[in-house]
Amino acid sequence: MASLATGQRLKSAVCTTEIMVISAPNGDLELTCGGAPMAAEATNDGGSVSPSFANGTTIGKRYVTEDGSLELLCVKPGDGSLAVNGTELKIKESKKLPKTD
Amino acid sequence: MNIALFLEMAADAQGDRVAFKDALTGESISFGGLYKAAQAKSQVLHESGASHCVLVDTSNLTIPVTLFACGWAGIPYVPINYRLTAEEIDALIDRVKPAFVVTDTEHRQAWADRDELVVHDRQSFREVHAKSTDVAHWSMEPEDVAVVLFTSGTTGAPKAAIMRHRHLVSYTLMMDFNSADDDEAALVTVPPYHIAGIAAILTSVYQCRRVVQLATFEPGNWLKVARDEDITSTFVVPTMLARIVESLEGQRSANLPHLRSISYGGGKMPLNVIRRAMDLFPDTEFTNAYGLTETSSTITVLGPEEHRTALASEDPKTQKRLTSVGLPVPGIEIAIRDDEGKAVPINLHGEIFVRGEQVSGEYEGIGSRVDSDGWFPTRDAGFVDEDGYLFLDGRADDVIVRGGENLSPGEIEDVLREHESVRDAAVVGMPSEEWGEAVAAAIEVSRDVTVEALQSWVKEHMRSSRVPEQIQFWDELPYNETGKLLRRVVKEAFAKPS
Repeated sequence: MASLATGQRLKSAVCTTEIMVISAPNGDLELTCGGAPMAAEATNDGGSVSPSFANGTTIGKRYVTEDGSLELLCVKPGDGSLAVNGTELKIKESKKLPKTD
Repeated sequence: MNIALFLEMAADAQGDRVAFKDALTGESISFGGLYKAAQAKSQVLHESGASHCVLVDTSNLTIPVTLFACGWAGIPYVPINYRLTAEEIDALIDRVKPAFVVTDTEHRQAWADRDELVVHDRQSFREVHAKSTDVAHWSMEPEDVAVVLFTSGTTGAPKAAIMRHRHLVSYTLMMDFNSADDDEAALVTVPPYHIAGIAAILTSVYQCRRVVQLATFEPGNWLKVARDEDITSTFVVPTMLARIVESLEGQRSANLPHLRSISYGGGKMPLNVIRRAMDLFPDTEFTNAYGLTETSSTITVLGPEEHRTALASEDPKTQKRLTSVGLPVPGIEIAIRDDEGKAVPINLHGEIFVRGEQVSGEYEGIGSRVDSDGWFPTRDAGFVDEDGYLFLDGRADDVIVRGGENLSPGEIEDVLREHESVRDAAVVGMPSEEWGEAVAAAIEVSRDVTVEALQSWVKEHMRSSRVPEQIQFWDELPYNETGKLLRRVVKEAFAKPS
């Protein structure tokens, strides 16, 4: 369990997934990828992606909790799926904007 | 958070795709190449011991390299207007020393022996190597300063606006990552020291969209590059669009079928120009984007659908939408307040306040102008209609106070520009013994017209207090190079009390 800070970059311990925290609620929560806790430095201890958390991550997609209090950006894709306290995160649908640049 | 992360992602997803092409030299760099170059130059910047990295040059491939290298090295990127005089540039550089400077060959020679400056031109910056080959990791601290931009100072001394990584990251995340198709290309003509120029680099990289840089704007060449490079989107300031439209006089269409979108902003768009542009570019979608340096670029958008509806409509209220800057983008809130800071009802004029993650509202040496609730006073005046559309009146400081009544120069200019003999109009306050301030107008005409005829025209369309007491005919109204009307120049011409 750890508290997450905006802007933080975290790595999966069991796949290639990396995320950046866009926004996070106060207080501790258990962020996992592929079933294993994520950390600032990869701790490759030979673990593997848990079959219950193996839907994978997509680069550039934003992942949110049901209440939207936690939002992550996937910056490197991998085989594990992201979860908080055992509940898988969902992909946030983007709003289409007209081109402004 | 760090803008360099966006380049890493683009290099991972579309490493071989062309990221930037310089239309003048024909050179290009891929997303993968840009990532490697930014990495190598970040180490050079780091070893230089500079506190800031200054860029004084026109658009070219070293611009995105330097921007991302700065993010990587944790050194603020400070693009300065290359058109300023040597003394003006010196004064700005003095404020950010010790500095690493990337510039053109001429400036490099002039500054070569200065204290506290490491100076490179494009070529020498490309060739310089760091002593160490260690790959440093960039900081993810959201509060780190990414960019320092000197505001154009149309009303006073330039202020150094600060943008932290969190502001630019928040702005860029409005876009979808890697969403550009293979054939998409954005033509970027806004200069590097303009917030729209920086925003265009960040959003294009995040969307993995090819950028074609055009260092100097000239309508004929702009059209040629747009055609030759199969440009699909572009951003222009109003003076650019006005000159493009003018250069196409007598033609039915610009004949640029690939050009899917033109967005514009950075100043007031004359109605006749946007109407004519929509005729000349029938297959192109138009978007008006309003934003400030202090808000990391765009905060409101009037989209293509609203442009079409307004143009086709017979209803004056719907037509008027074409003069709106649209609705707030996601994450942005807008409020209109009076002189005492109280919210004003819809359709009433006041100062525009803005709140959101991308709003920095902070200046070096001055501090943050954002209040405790997160609201930033833009110093732009305007109002919001019943459907939430924002309309601009101009700068709050430009409002003319005539006998206690607040008059918006922008509204009077709009009416004057609709007159068939008027090409452009600039309205300012002039000293008046009777009223405190009175309305004065400088007019650029397309054919002969009398002062009296213009005064009756305004009187037919507006309350009589808006009728200019003095009108001067000018050959050309003064604009700066990014299309901002230099109102103080016009004001000086009317400065003597009548």
